Amino acid sequence: MHLILFLVFAGFCLVGAINLLLQSHPINSALSLIVVMVSLAVLYLLLGAEFLAAAQVIVYAGAIMVLFTFVIMLLNASREERTLGSRAALRVGFPSVVAILAIIATVILHTQGLGVARLSDGITSTEELSAVLFTKLLLPFEVTSVLILIAILGAVALAGHDARDPQGIRERTGGK
Amino acid sequence: MNAFFSQEVPLSWYLLLSAVLFSLGVVGFLIKRNLITIFMSIELMLNGVNLSFVTFAHQWHAVKGQIFVFFVMMVAAAEAAVGLAIIIAVFRARATLAVDRIDRMKL
Amino acid sequence: MTIVQFILWSVLKVAVVTVVMLLAVAYTVLLERKLVGRIQNRWGPSRVGPFGLLQPLVDGAKSFLKEDIIPTGVYRPLYLIAPILALGCALISIGVVPFGVPVSVAGSPPLFQIANVNIGLLVILAVTSIGVYGIALAGWSSNSKYSLLGALRSSAQLVSYELALGLSLVGVVLRAGSLNLRVIVEQQATQGMLSWNVFGGMQFVAFFIYLMAAYAETNRSPFDLPEAESELTGGYHTEYSSMKFAMFFMAEYANMITVGCVATLLFFGGWTSPFGDLIPPFENVFFDAGLSLFWFVLKVFSFLFLYVWVRGTLPRFRYDQLMNFGWRWLMPLAILNIVATSLWLAYR
Repeated sequence: MHLILFLVFAGFCLVGAINLLLQSHPINSALSLIVVMVSLAVLYLLLGAEFLAAAQVIVYAGAIMVLFTFVIMLLNASREERTLGSRAALRVGFPSVVAILAIIATVILHTQGLGVARLSDGITSTEELSAVLFTKLLLPFEVTSVLILIAILGAVALAGHDARDPQGIRERTGGK
Repeated sequence: MNAFFSQEVPLSWYLLLSAVLFSLGVVGFLIKRNLITIFMSIELMLNGVNLSFVTFAHQWHAVKGQIFVFFVMMVAAAEAAVGLAIIIAVFRARATLAVDRIDRMKL
Repeated sequence: MTIVQFILWSVLKVAVVTVVMLLAVAYTVLLERKLVGRIQNRWGPSRVGPFGLLQPLVDGAKSFLKEDIIPTGVYRPLYLIAPILALGCALISIGVVPFGVPVSVAGSPPLFQIANVNIGLLVILAVTSIGVYGIALAGWSSNSKYSLLGALRSSAQLVSYELALGLSLVGVVLRAGSLNLRVIVEQQATQGMLSWNVFGGMQFVAFFIYLMAAYAETNRSPFDLPEAESELTGGYHTEYSSMKFAMFFMAEYANMITVGCVATLLFFGGWTSPFGDLIPPFENVFFDAGLSLFWFVLKVFSFLFLYVWVRGTLPRFRYDQLMNFGWRWLMPLAILNIVATSLWLAYR
């Protein structure tokens, strides 16, 4: 069962990721990325990380990718032009990607003592996770919340025409 | 029922999958010519790395690996908000999303 | 229990719940048409069958028989996927909802719930958040200005109100100490109505926020801007016809029912009786199970009634009012509610 589920969803992941590269329209790429993210959530579930699986779907697929599709729709992004990319990417980028992938793969395959995953393995409960998160790692957690606050402010400052009237409503409705 | 549920998958397969996803993200970053798709490739890389974090958390029965993924997600959310705002600002100034045409430092 | 039995029971449960859900969707539409009719001082559907009770079946047959038009300008793959995505997500989330006391017959897994998940509440939120894509893609792939505007409005509205929705549930989760829907209900089961989260749990502010956010999440009036017919003709489903339109329609009502179920479970004690132990439980297992199912259905029904009542009474918001309300009122209120609840729990 675990093997079947792993193969199916790993397959979805790979197909989605490759499709992201092949598609020329951003919205198709975004949808393939959503497929990758949702199948990754299933893989997290197989590894016993149930809270992360839910967070993956809610945060990544449900919030971040909605923002992406929203921006694609808002800017009415069209098909991208096919160019060969930069010379630096061609000469340095691709060889190093292949090299790094080869090195990582050899290391992983030669490592002894990596365990196995079964469906009967225990599931990390949300209580365990939150106990560590809100006691030992409270400071990083708070810092992240400040980071998100800064990000919101930054996004509003960057994308808004006018800080007092971000959507230009006053301009259009004549100051009502 | 027990035999059915006790099939095993070696964790190295998960790690390999995560490495392949990361590399596909890098390739996407290099070959894509649209600002939004390039940004999506970065998200793909982050996802690939997250998978290896969860795998190692399973290997060592450590909760902290999973919490790290949680933090990565939060940072990715912040990054997406700011990044997309920048993309919108760039689009307003240039009316294009092709990175080849966004090659000047000034507006 | 062997694996074959497990699969057979699961398929049976899924089949029964799906059929009941689709019937409930059909009759919610009828309920809405009848009630809105009475609110507006007219009869509503009354010709097909006694009191118009067969109207949903006729409506369904009509949408099946209509010509299925695919406009030339649409982007076909996404145009075809979008309604499936919308209806699929609307139906999936009912899978973790417990309908009644856990009884099992002849060695079956507990009936009245398809899957008892530890993180049931998060699953519902996750599936709902995927449902946005159905609407967004429908609007984008239709290649029409009304659809696109509707879809843009809808995704902005859903993302904004999802925050308030999620935050309003935190108080309940804090009280129960679990994300499992069954545990949340059982924690409210002790003293009948007094121990329900909305009364005894002091979560009435959270309930109010949840109610508002739920109206916005399901695109219902007074927040039905994504399909505001007076400005956008039909919103995101303008270009859809026949069964594809019916799927969006059904998805909206299925979402209403799910939202009603979640409100019942989280704030109104799920399947527990409002009288608590004043009426002692019957000794008969089947009678108790039936009674719990009755209370659950009654509570969900009153939510649907409230939905229709609000739709028949309130005018539609303007878009900037909607956004202001969500971000400037509901969000801070939800955060205050979390702070107050945690203080209360800490110093009780």
